[in-house]
Order: sequence, then C-alpha cells, then structure tokens
Amino acid sequence: MNWTLFFQMVIIGIATGSLIALIALGYTLVYGIVELINFAHGEVFMLGAFFAGTVIGLTGVTSENSTIQIIGTLLLALLACMVFSAVLNAFIDRVAYRRLRNAPRLAPLIAAIGFSFILQNIAIYWKGPNPLIAPKILPREFTQYNILKEWAIFGGYFDDKFIRFMAKDVLVIGITIPLLIGMSWFVYRTRIGTAMRATAQDREAAALMGIDINRTIQVAFLIGGALAGAAGMVALIYNNSARFNMGFQYGLFAFTAAVLGGIGNLTGAVVGGLLIGLIWAMSDGWMPTVVPGWGAQWTNTVIFSILVLVLIFRPAGLFGKATTEKV
Amino acid sequence: MSATAERESMLKLNDVHSYYGQIHALKGISIDVKEGEVVTLIGSNGAGKSTTLRTISGLLSPRQGEVLYKGNNIAGTPAHKVAGMGIAQSPEGRRIFPRMTVLENLQMGAFVHGKVDPNDLARVYDLFPRLKERVSQKAGTMSGGEQQMLAIGRALMASPKLLLLDEPSMGLSPILVEQIFSIIKDINKQGTTVLLVEQNALMALAVASHGYVLQTGQIILQDNAKALLANETVRKAYLGEE
Amino acid sequence: MAVSSVQARTEAFFAERKAESNDRLRKVLIGIVVVSLYPILDQWLGFGLLGSLIPILMYALLAMGLNIVVGYAGLLDIGYVAFFIIGAYAQAFLTSPNSFFIRQGLVPGFVQNFWVAMLFSWVLAAIFGVLIGAPTLRLRGDYLAIVTLGFSEIVPDFFTNAAGITGGPRGIGQIAKPPAIPLPGDRSISFSSTDHVSWFYLLLAVGVLTLFMVTRLYDSRMGRAWQAIREDEIAAASMGIPPVSTKLWAFALGASFAGFAGSVYSGYVQSVYPDQFQFSLSILVLSMVILGGIGNIYGVLAGALIIGSFDRILAVKLTIPLNALGRQMESWPGIFGDLGSFFATHSLTADRFLIFGLALVLVMILRPGGLFPSKQRAAEMKGDDDNFEFDDYETNQTVRSARRKEA
Ligand SMILES: Nc1ncnc2c1ncn2[C@@H]1O[C@H](COP(=O)(O)OP(=O)(O)OP(=O)(O)O)[C@@H](O)[C@H]1O
Ligand SMILES: [Mg+2]
Repeated sequence: MNWTLFFQMVIIGIATGSLIALIALGYTLVYGIVELINFAHGEVFMLGAFFAGTVIGLTGVTSENSTIQIIGTLLLALLACMVFSAVLNAFIDRVAYRRLRNAPRLAPLIAAIGFSFILQNIAIYWKGPNPLIAPKILPREFTQYNILKEWAIFGGYFDDKFIRFMAKDVLVIGITIPLLIGMSWFVYRTRIGTAMRATAQDREAAALMGIDINRTIQVAFLIGGALAGAAGMVALIYNNSARFNMGFQYGLFAFTAAVLGGIGNLTGAVVGGLLIGLIWAMSDGWMPTVVPGWGAQWTNTVIFSILVLVLIFRPAGLFGKATTEKV
Repeated sequence: MSATAERESMLKLNDVHSYYGQIHALKGISIDVKEGEVVTLIGSNGAGKSTTLRTISGLLSPRQGEVLYKGNNIAGTPAHKVAGMGIAQSPEGRRIFPRMTVLENLQMGAFVHGKVDPNDLARVYDLFPRLKERVSQKAGTMSGGEQQMLAIGRALMASPKLLLLDEPSMGLSPILVEQIFSIIKDINKQGTTVLLVEQNALMALAVASHGYVLQTGQIILQDNAKALLANETVRKAYLGEE
Repeated sequence: MAVSSVQARTEAFFAERKAESNDRLRKVLIGIVVVSLYPILDQWLGFGLLGSLIPILMYALLAMGLNIVVGYAGLLDIGYVAFFIIGAYAQAFLTSPNSFFIRQGLVPGFVQNFWVAMLFSWVLAAIFGVLIGAPTLRLRGDYLAIVTLGFSEIVPDFFTNAAGITGGPRGIGQIAKPPAIPLPGDRSISFSSTDHVSWFYLLLAVGVLTLFMVTRLYDSRMGRAWQAIREDEIAAASMGIPPVSTKLWAFALGASFAGFAGSVYSGYVQSVYPDQFQFSLSILVLSMVILGGIGNIYGVLAGALIIGSFDRILAVKLTIPLNALGRQMESWPGIFGDLGSFFATHSLTADRFLIFGLALVLVMILRPGGLFPSKQRAAEMKGDDDNFEFDDYETNQTVRSARRKEA
C-alpha cells in the first residue's frame, strides 16, 4: 500500500473538499429556507470562476508584480466574485423563484433547471466553449512551493518525492476557513441571521414577529451566491482553468455533500463537503493503485451512487435526526 | 356604556372580504375594538375566526373592505409591517419556533424592537413562571400547554398595543384555562387591548366587554358580553344548553 | 371530507373526459391521415425535410412516455434519457454481431431480429424502471428528481467504463435494422438509414400505437389513480389507492416507452455510443412536455413538434437569414459595431439550449400549464396564489408534516 500517495490524496481531498463545502452551503442555506434545490447554483459558481478571470485580467496584475499587489488583487477579485455571484443568485430568485413561492414545489425546481441551462449558454457566449485558462497571477515559486520541504520546522526531512503540501492548498483552505467562520457568525449572531433561522422554521410565524420574509429569503440567496462566487475564484486558481460546464459536476458533487450532511444543516454541509472531496481525491488518485482496473473514470459513478443511496436510505443525511441546529 | 362611547376606536373592520383561492372565507365582516377593551370573537369551527385575525395581522390581504388601525387603513399591509405597528398575534396552533430555545423564542417576539426590554421579559416570566424554569429548553420539546404559554409570552414580548389571541386555551387543562383567562385580564389591565378568538365562549365572554358571533364568514350577532351570555342563540349554540 | 370531494370531482371529471376523448379521436384520425400524406407533399415541393422529421418523431415518442411520468403521475423525472440508453443498448446487445452477448452465444437466433429485440428492449427498460423506481418513489418529489438525474449520469458512465462488454466510448455498431418487407414483383421496402420514407412510416406507426396505448392508459383506472395521487397523495391513499405501486406503474410504463424509442433509434442509427446520450436530452424532452402542456398528450405532441423542429430544422434554417443579416450589418460598423460579424458567423444551433432553458423558466412563470394546458393540471401548477404569499403555506405545512410522519 502506497501511504505517501494516500496522504497526498488526503491533502488534495481536504482542499477540494473545502471548495465543495463552500458550494454545498449555498444549496443547504437555500433549501433550509425555501425548500428548493437551486439547480442553477452550480452555474452561479461557474460564472463566479469566469468573473474571477475577467477581474484579474482587468487589473493587469501578473506574477511579475510585487507580492503586495498580487495579494491585493486576489483579495479584490475574491470580493468582486462574491458580490457578483451573490447578486446573480438573488437576481434569479427575484425574477423566477419568488413568483413561484406558492406554486407546487416542482415548479421552481423546473425553473431552476431552466436557469442552469440559460447560464451555461451565457457562459459560452462570454468566454467560449473551450476551457478558460486562469491568468498567471501566482508566481511560479509559489505554485511550486512545497511547505513540507521548505519550512525549517520539518527539518528538511521531506523532499518532493514525498507528500507535497503545496502553498496552493494552503491558499484554498486559508480562504475557505475564514469564510466558513464568517458565515456561521452571520447566521448565528446577527439579526438577519436570526431572521433566517426563524423563517426556515416557520415562515408565517416569522412574518408575525416582524420579519420581512422576502428580504430574508433574498439574503439567503445572497450569502449562498457569495460563497459560490468565492468558491469559483478559488477553483479557478486551484485548478488553473474553468469551463462553462464545470458547474454541473461541482454542483452535483456539492449537492451530494449537502445531502450527505443532512440538507438544511450547515455543519453537515461542511462535513459532507470534506467527505466528498476526500472520496473524489481517493477515487481519482489512490484507488487505482489498490483496486485493479480502477480509474478516475469511476469517480462520478461512485459519487452519484452515494447520492442515490443516501437519498434512499438516509434522506435526513448521515447524522440523521440528531442534527445540530438547522439554518 | 358611557365609558366605552368616549373611548377611541383602536381597530375597526369595515365590510372585509377575504378569500383562500376560490374559497370565500370572510363575507363582509365589520367589527370594532376600542382602546383598552377585551373583545371576543366566537363561532363554530370554520366560521372564519382565525381568518379574521390573519386578515388583521396581514398574513392574508382582504379583497375588499377596510382594516382601520388607529384610523389608518392597513388592509393589505404585509405582516411584518403590521407587526411593527404594535399588533402582535399568538397564532392558532402555537407556531413557536421548535428548534429554538424558550429564551430565543421570546427574543424573537421582541424582534420588532431590535433588542429585548428586560421589563418585558420580567413581565412574561412573572405571568408564566414555568417559562423561566425552561429558558434553555428547545421549544419543540415542550408540552402543548407550555408551548401555548410560550406563544402568548412571545407575542407579549413585542409589548403590543393590540394583542390578537387565537384560541389561547386550546389543549390546556381546566386549571390552566382559568389561569390563562386571568392572565388575559391582567395583560389587559396593564394596558393592552385584546382581540380574543375562543371556542370556550363562556370564559371568553366572562373576560370580554364585547363579543361578536361569527358563522360561515359572517357576523350574525354582536352585543356587549353580558347580553351575549344571556342571549338564547348563544346559549344554545355555544354554551351547550338545550 | 377531503376524500369524498376529491372522489366526486374525479368522477365528474372522468365522465366529461370520456365525451371529450371521443371527439378528440375523430380529430386525431384526421391528423394522422394528414401527417401520413406528408412524404408525398415533401417530394412534390422538394422540401427534403423527411430526414429531419425522423428524429422529431422519436422525440414525440419520448415526450409521450415522459408525459406519463411527469404529466399524469406528477413525478419529476429529469434523467429520463437513462431508459432511452438502456433501450438503445439492449437493442444493440441483442442484434449486433459485435455484441458481447451474441459472441458468447447467449442470444438465441430468433431474438436477433429487429422486431423481436424491440419487444425485449421495451420490457427490459420497464424492468429497469421498476428496479430504480421501487426504492426511490417514496422520496419527496424534488429528491426523486435528483435521484433520477444521478441515475442518468451513472448509466452512460457505466456504458463508457465497462468497455469489455459495452465497447466503451466507441460503443457498438452494426445493429440490426428491420428486415426488408417484400412487395409483389421484385420490389421491397427496405430500412437502411437513407430510406427516409420507410422509417417515417415505421415511426409514424409506432407513434400512433404509442398514442393509442397512452390515451387508453389515461382513461383507465390506472389513469384515474395517477391523477388522484398527483393531486393529493394522502387523500388518495385514504381512498385506497396505494401510492407507491401506482407511481411505480407510471414510472415503469414511462421507462418502457423510452426503451421502446431507444431500440427504434438504435436500429435507425445502427450504432450506439455513450456520448449520444446526455443529460441535455432529458431536458430537451422535459421541455417538450412542459412547453406543450404538461399532462395533455396532444399538447405534449405539439411541444415535441415545436421544440423538435426548432432543434432539428429551424435552428439550421434560421441561421442562414441571420448570417445574411449579419453580413449586411457588417457594412455599417458605425451603427452595429461587432454585432454584425457576430450575427454573420453565429449559428442558432448553439442557442438551442439557451432557448429551451428560457422556455422552461418562462412557461413556469407565465403559463404553468404550458401552451396547450390540460385544464386541471394548469390549475394545480399555478397554485392558489390569490393575493397573499403564504396562502396555502399552512396547508402545505400540514401535508408536509403528515408526509414526514408517514415516512
Ligand atoms: N389555508 C387555507 N386554504 C383554504 N381554505 C382555508 C384555509 N384556511 C382556512 N380555510 C377555510 O376558511 C374557512 C374559515 O377558516 P378559519 O380557520 O378562519 O376558521 P375558524 O373559525 O378559525 O375555525 P376553528 O375554530 O376550527 O379554528 C374554513 O372553511 C376553512 O376551511
Ligand atoms: Mg381557527
């Protein structure tokens, strides 16, 4: 058994998993409050990645610029993507889902599927059908930087042949964790977050408390969109490319994560995201070395099977009834 | 009689019609609630009592007619705005937030004010000592009667001018029913106007100064509470006398 | 109370529907005659559209099948293509000399015939419908939709990856076509891919047969049960209609028609490979059902015709004038800027899914019953959104909590 590879895949799995968790939170927030599977959420993420490409391109900052400029640009792009995707998500709610609040629940779902196709086509108009290559903003030294090898505390024990813990992985996790903390602070500590939780539990009673339901739902879409936008930017940097159809796979993987964690459950979505990230990395990278005939081409099958099996046998998620607080 | 005539009208419904889709649930309701009064709406199941309260609180907007609150027509105003005007409702079936604690539920009641007034909280604990014992219990795990107290307490946390109570005695043991009605009296004495919907007509008419009898979306009878208690139709239909 | 009112409404509705459907039958027969004369017209006027009509007829088959699931039983299946693939591959496995199963000698000779294999594919798809439906039909509607989607991703993945059996990404070729039908004299009707006229009539016959079966189903006890379940599952269950098996019938029958269409398709193109079948095909068919008129078979046929002809004919034909217009605009760069060159080179075929997506959204918002709505379905899809946003929130809440308890 190749333990080096195994741990390498754990690191990759955690990085992609935290990305998936960001997207999964958007599904879970929206589902928790309006009981809608926002099928277009993956596309909101994908357009966030496209937007990141545009913003970074516009600033003209490249890996040649100073570190401060690079960091500043990345932060600016992150913020811009979050705003962009947040507004896009809320816009879709405003023009379509809100009108369907009292229709049977399949009506907004069908509209969401429609939107998913519309957004994919907009993406093709925008950047073409071929993969978009990420702007060269991270210096080569940085992308090649292996913390385990370079940092003195590891005593030069590891070389590149052993596990690499790349600066890029740190970047992903470093962006994700503050966002997760910020979001739970928002949901549990702010007035509007409280309104969201109340609305999710009993919409009508919440209205009687003086909560503006439509605005609260809109905020859920805004936050979900913002997280998807951040994930989009991170994905572009991490994968070095983005494509118009990436929202479908990421979206379904993230939805699987949300279902795995118990849809509506914020902590569950994060745990589910990490799990799916790990499964993804293991199936792609590690399983082929242990299971003869295994290959990355089976990953989709594995994850969709998990989705189907969890929905059938544990529709309340892995943690079942004993969920912590829902949205 | 002379005392009530001088009082300002706090809430007035003029010929209100409300619908659920095709269902015509209120067919021209007119009621008048004066400041400082307890007014009760009684009637059989499906008469439209809850619908009347929902129309006042903005959960439902009437297709026709006026809802005058302190002289302003609030018909069709969304519920969250009505809540901000000082009208609180303890809805039918309690509708507390099950995954929040008792304290959080009470805090939700004060949502319109932004922050909790300790005096309001003290008053609620004073009226319902049981809630104080259970502050950190998840509301969904409380007994039906406790949930009912919480629902009323939550409405009081808004320190409303007008309190709409939808069957506050439902599911309570006889002793608790007595208590609830005396609490309603207390609340009223402390200056809150109350519009009370009740199945328990006897008790309701005992605390109210005025009553309306609803039947299939229309008011068929109205009078001061004492007169209604003596009224033959009321006695037959709602007090179970033959 | 709710139960008896549903029952009464249902009875009245069915009486009315019988009368309507006799009237319809006459119109449909006229329609069939007109359509069956089309090849002659096509030849006279030199349209050359027969080849494009064949896929449209296949869409119509799929749309009629999906309508059973989505329209009649109210189950949102967004992975319908899965059963189409199963039918198509079943046909290939049973009739292609390259088939793993034939090479292993597992397929009796008489089955290796287009018509016999078609029946087998039909049944096989239905069996898969049951296998997938049985564990999942208890799920709430939106979860069911996602399960069907997940399943429709797994199926083509399987056919891609299990290369030893399925031929992998390159698929299976040399699938049997229908044997030629000998005519008096030396002539015969043959079914190679270029015999548009024979295929047109074959598909028309299959389509009419499907239409006949689907309408019969709708008017049967089963159709009545589907409607009751769709309107109110709990009330229906208390009337003695078993929800899961009723839904299962719809799911399996819907699947069987997709398998049927798949096997015909397979015989027409004579080779199958996984890339032919994508999620977008499920959505294409779904938009036919929804645009045309969910639950109304004639509306659905109209939807298949509209969307199918855009997909197969109009997108190509309309690109020509668009490009011409673009070239004109190019000579006025001051006014139109880059728009001219965009139009000059743009192909509308690239916009198909933009348009189908828009159709889904717009129909849901503006005309939830579709262009040709079935009366009561339109009312249901609209919901009671009279003047208040939460009108039936309470009712929904009650129904939901009842479902939760049930589950
Ligand atoms: N959400 C709804 N959708 C459709 N009809 C409704 C809805 N809510 C109430 N109704 C109908 O409106 C009418 C009045 O109902 P309402 O709830 O106001 O009665 P009520 O007097 O409060 O009865 P109860 O004493 O049983 O609470 C009834 O016929 C009821 O069936
Ligand atoms: Mg009531």
